[in-house]
Amino acid sequence: MGSTSSTLLKIPNVEVLMQETGFSPAHMIRLHDRFKALDKEGRGHLCPQDFGAIKELAMNPIGDRIIGAFFCPGKETVDFHTFVKILAHFRPVDKNRPKEPNSPEPINSRSNKLRFAFQLYDQDKDGKISRDELLKVLQAMLGMQVTEEQLESIADRTIQEADLDRDDAISFEEFRKSLEKVNIDHKMSIRFLR
Amino acid sequence: MEGAWEIAFVLFQVWLSIVVGLIVLPAMFGVSLGFTDIYIRVLVKTLEWATLRIQRGQKEQPTLPSQSANGIIEKDDGSMEEEIGELRRSHPKNLVGGDFTMCDAFYFCKKGIENIVEDQVTQRFTSEELASWNLLTRTNNNFRYISVRLTIIWGLGVFIRYCILLPLRITLAVIGLSWLVIGTTIVGLLPSSNAKNWLSDLVHITCYRICARGLSATIRYHNKENRPKKGGICVANHTSPIDIVILANDGCYAMVGQVHGGLMGVIQRSMVLSCPHVWFERSEMKDRHAVAKRLKDHIADKTKLPILIFPEGTCINNTSVMMFKKGSFEIGRTIYPVAIKYDPQFGDAFWNSAKYNIVSYLLRMMTSWAIVCNVWYLPPMTRQDGEDAVQFANRVKSAIAHQGGLVDLSWDGGLKREKVKESLKEEQQKMYSSMIVAICACGDGSLIKKA
Repeated sequence: MGSTSSTLLKIPNVEVLMQETGFSPAHMIRLHDRFKALDKEGRGHLCPQDFGAIKELAMNPIGDRIIGAFFCPGKETVDFHTFVKILAHFRPVDKNRPKEPNSPEPINSRSNKLRFAFQLYDQDKDGKISRDELLKVLQAMLGMQVTEEQLESIADRTIQEADLDRDDAISFEEFRKSLEKVNIDHKMSIRFLR
Repeated sequence: MEGAWEIAFVLFQVWLSIVVGLIVLPAMFGVSLGFTDIYIRVLVKTLEWATLRIQRGQKEQPTLPSQSANGIIEKDDGSMEEEIGELRRSHPKNLVGGDFTMCDAFYFCKKGIENIVEDQVTQRFTSEELASWNLLTRTNNNFRYISVRLTIIWGLGVFIRYCILLPLRITLAVIGLSWLVIGTTIVGLLPSSNAKNWLSDLVHITCYRICARGLSATIRYHNKENRPKKGGICVANHTSPIDIVILANDGCYAMVGQVHGGLMGVIQRSMVLSCPHVWFERSEMKDRHAVAKRLKDHIADKTKLPILIFPEGTCINNTSVMMFKKGSFEIGRTIYPVAIKYDPQFGDAFWNSAKYNIVSYLLRMMTSWAIVCNVWYLPPMTRQDGEDAVQFANRVKSAIAHQGGLVDLSWDGGLKREKVKESLKEEQQKMYSSMIVAICACGDGSLIKKA
């Protein structure tokens, strides 16, 4: 990377971060500006209220879960590193990246995108989406618009279709299999304009 | 010691007579001696030169693309239905009617993450970013040292703004406001007559003209034939308290607002002596019907000046127009919309009331280069039959946004201070639920029916 812009240098460990996430210097700076804008009190880290202040996110039915995805269990704050690494899941897939045998899977691989979405459902992180967890997500997305009964119906149906080993829960593999034809790269990627 | 005071006093008198003679008096008669024009022209040339220098300086080091007004990420324009529909089409199962699939959550997830990276509302409550630096420290975001010459010009700018312009502007503001209070009180002593109205208009306009000079304001009015008429309601987008000075330079309006204490209260009380304005007590503001009635009574009287209302209810940063509160659109049928657009290159007029109080805001205004703005008078709009106040408000808002080159948003400006209402989330849930729970009588009979 040739750029030595002073703004870039203000970000700690930026080279490592760019390596891990694959963001370009320009994107890093944008994200850093955004991080600073959200961090209204200038503390250097974000808390759930800072995310909650984003109006469009507050009206998103699963907004709370998305915010929760940024915070490691037990932690109340998000620093810029974690912020960027989570957002890196949504980078478009690098089609031309050479497959090095020993390198770790990139954060924005198809599999990792699916895993991110899986964790929105699997809040207790036990590797399975239980019926209860599914019900909770349905509740969040549908609110008062449907009855309990209808919610249970939908949940039963979904598990019935996806649950191949009949353990009344959806594992990550079953999740992946049921969505194998979905164009994940398109639907779970965010493209920067420049 | 005595001698020093006498000299200071004489100097002060000379200063004052220059100010009065060259600025105040011409302002009152609406005559421009051309100082401001020359100043603006010199300023424009200087800023152009500065921009070129900065660009040249940046070419020597790798540059990063500047913020584009269209945002930084690509957004899919599809509606919720279209997007989720696409997600479901690629599902292996043959879906009938509308069924929940686990990939539905992807739509909300992506939207959520997009909003974390960039959202439409938060940016409207902070000052607009400039494409190139205008030599004011306050707008200096990413610009660093380029050359000695630029720094000298910047230093000169600081000197001119703080040591020459600021005292001048404060003097003018003081003169203008004192004149308003004294003049309106004197006019108030006269009996009601046409002469009184004419004098009152004169006092108001001259005062606002002096205040405008106090901000080095250059205002261009377009379509003056559409200027609001008596008994009408004038509606404009709101960026700062200065909007009042800007509009009142070209016409007389009846102001609407809350009664304040202190200096503001003194000004309000004396203004009311010479012509009717509508000032509300804090307790009255809570009663919507009382407010509406007073305004209705005012506009029913065709001899009274048009009322000036800012339906957004709060200051927005002049890049967009936010939701117009419907109250102003329920009291009368004919609305005179006005669009105000400031040029941010010369001074940022937006009042960020969370960051600055009114005094520091005014000081910032007076230490900017100038206030340059365009005012467009739009043709009067009337409420059509079958249109309710909200639709009418939105129509007027679009017209103003379109004319001023501002983004038309339907978000409530009050969100600056409040949280998002639950009802907005419910709307999203409703939209989504209509895609799942469909009335479907299908073969296997086990599908869900809408409640």
